[in-house]
Amino acid sequence: MKAWILLGLVVGSTVLSDVLQSFEMKRHGEITDLGPSGMGRALAAMARRKFLILAVFFMAISFFAFIALVQSADLSFAVPASAASIVLETILARLILKEAVDARRWWGVGLVACGVGLLSA
Amino acid sequence: MDSGSPRHLKTWLFAAFVVLSNSLGNFFIARGMRTLPELNSPWSLLQAIFTPFVAVGIVLLISWLLSRMMLLSWADLSYMLPVTSLGYVLSALLGKFFLNEQISLARWGGTFLIVGGTILVGMGAPDSREKT
Repeated sequence: MKAWILLGLVVGSTVLSDVLQSFEMKRHGEITDLGPSGMGRALAAMARRKFLILAVFFMAISFFAFIALVQSADLSFAVPASAASIVLETILARLILKEAVDARRWWGVGLVACGVGLLSA
Repeated sequence: MDSGSPRHLKTWLFAAFVVLSNSLGNFFIARGMRTLPELNSPWSLLQAIFTPFVAVGIVLLISWLLSRMMLLSWADLSYMLPVTSLGYVLSALLGKFFLNEQISLARWGGTFLIVGGTILVGMGAPDSREKT
């Protein structure tokens, strides 16, 4: 039971972190100046974005929940959790971020999810 | 979008950096943690962070986080996730060649599926508002 709760925490916080990062970076707009000063300005602007700070917070929860999960469950159980988050995030990217997820991306995500499952075998 | 366009090139460079920094970061942390005694207090965890291998790993993972955010400023989440999943493959290979971990037939199968998924998605445009 404890492992399932931790697994839910890992998947939920990973999904929230990634969706928030994507949402906020889309609002920020494309970073085009890749010189040192341009990158510095981009990093300074990113540090002021509240949703990005929240995303880092959820990423930290995901990290520590994963550490706790692998202490109480097999790695072969813990790793496919990341595959579940890939599928869930793609669904949310379509529904919340309004990304046009075509058949090629669905197939690609499906192959990656199956591949991650096999890697943990 | 033309696959040889500057934007496509920028996308692949950032995706490669995201994959490398994540895989190498995890590798250095794993390498560093294996040389340390069991961590049983917050103080020992803090000490572990400042050992050379773990410190390099943490710097690489911070670079991974920032480069991933930058990539998301123009690439879709549904594009970035499968493309940067190549990191799973690289981590498995680093484990095999440098940490003497075994890769079973099933793991090789998983590796090929991930590479296939990455190539499939990577052939398209990173931003779904663009035409492929």
